[in-house]
Amino acid sequence: MIAIEHLTKSYGKFKALDDISLSFERGQAISLLGPNGSGKTTLIKSILGLVIPEKGTIKINGSEIKTHWEYRSQIGYMPQIGRYPDNMTIGQVINMLKEIRKDCKQYDEELIVSLGISNFLNKTMRSLSGGTRQKVSACLAFLFSPDIFILDEPTAGLDPLSSEVFKDKITKERANGKLILITSHVLSDLEGITSHMVYLQDSKLMFYKTVEELKLSTGEEKLNKVIATIMLKELPKTIHN
Amino acid sequence: MKTIIKYVLLDLLKNKTILVYTVILAALAVSVLNMDNNNSKGLLSLLNITLLFVPIISILFSTIYFFNSVEFTELLLAQPIKRKTMLLAEYTGVAFALSIAYIAGVGIPVSIFCSGLAAFTLLVSGLFLTLIFSALALLIFVLFKDKTKGIGAAIITALFFTLLFDGLLLSFIYSFSDYPIDKPLLGLISLNPVDLGRILVLLQLDVAVMMGYSGALFKKFLGSATGSIYTIACMLFWIIIPLVISVRVFKKKDL
Repeated sequence: MIAIEHLTKSYGKFKALDDISLSFERGQAISLLGPNGSGKTTLIKSILGLVIPEKGTIKINGSEIKTHWEYRSQIGYMPQIGRYPDNMTIGQVINMLKEIRKDCKQYDEELIVSLGISNFLNKTMRSLSGGTRQKVSACLAFLFSPDIFILDEPTAGLDPLSSEVFKDKITKERANGKLILITSHVLSDLEGITSHMVYLQDSKLMFYKTVEELKLSTGEEKLNKVIATIMLKELPKTIHN
Repeated sequence: MKTIIKYVLLDLLKNKTILVYTVILAALAVSVLNMDNNNSKGLLSLLNITLLFVPIISILFSTIYFFNSVEFTELLLAQPIKRKTMLLAEYTGVAFALSIAYIAGVGIPVSIFCSGLAAFTLLVSGLFLTLIFSALALLIFVLFKDKTKGIGAAIITALFFTLLFDGLLLSFIYSFSDYPIDKPLLGLISLNPVDLGRILVLLQLDVAVMMGYSGALFKKFLGSATGSIYTIACMLFWIIIPLVISVRVFKKKDL
């Protein structure tokens, strides 16, 4: 569904992505992991067309995204920081997006109800807490039932209850054959959701494997143990490199 | 595009800065126009207020607004929207809101207390300045990644055109006073939208000659009608060129 080939991007002297090649298929839930500044957000933004790559290609459903913009109707994006115009109400923001997406007639408003956003539709964006804003971002990402979900640190500001609601929704969408890309530092939140792991470090792809493979090779059951074991093994190598 | 403009406007018309700007303009306009029975004097003072306030407020407010809505712009660009559409819609929304503020603040008092072509050109020139300086703000927004640097650039741009440019022009006139520099001077004046705004109004007032070198020059060389058309054409360019450059740069910008 998404095919990335030799993607390279640098900001001045700093290389944010170095020759990344990956391919993702329907029904996968992929976790993008890596330390801060390892290029996760740049990778996501390149897929969204917000960052323009230097080298390499990104194909979605076989066609290159370069100059096309229509492909974005298949993507639901939840940004790391959701900031909205101060004086707009939640209802206005939702309506605005609905009006922009005239091509979509059916809305998936499940999260708006289950996250309790429907009770605050008249509140202005300025008055919302960080967590509530994040809930709004989540609702918007799922609103048009896209085929691909790109979620940047989705659970960082959510309370445990909302976080569970949200994770259930992700599991459900994955069962529907959607592709899900998540970045998160909260490994316990990814437990049970993800099928594959992509690990980036120093702008390079370290590995791209299924969770089962990783569990087998490390002999650990819990995701945070798995990753910790890998990091301990891999890190010294990269330092010597 | 219409949708985005509509919601940007909905957001901005509730914005407190815009409201305060309108009220201050209205207060200044009413007090200045009531001070003297001579309408022409009142209009002149109002012209000076417009030339000083409108550029600075327009460019600063728009720059800050564009930078503050970066995240929202990103979110919208993750939707199937062209970058060009997004950028121009945002510009239209902001420029329109500031224009409404100017019309409400200056336009209404002017239409109550005085009439005539001069009053009308004052409004036209104020609106042009609003559109020009928000277009420059857009250009600053696409050229700078950092908000603080962007705001700094906005302040410098506004000060350059409202204060510094005339100083440079004076020193140019002074140092070349032995040569026939009238025509090059006309060209130089076209490089400053604030001067163009001033000339546009002055051409309609009899005091043109008294209001300095540039006014007299324009009246002498171009006469009222051609002079007005020339200044309006120049001001249109001052809107279009920054917008075209902004769209070009924005197409390749990393967000």
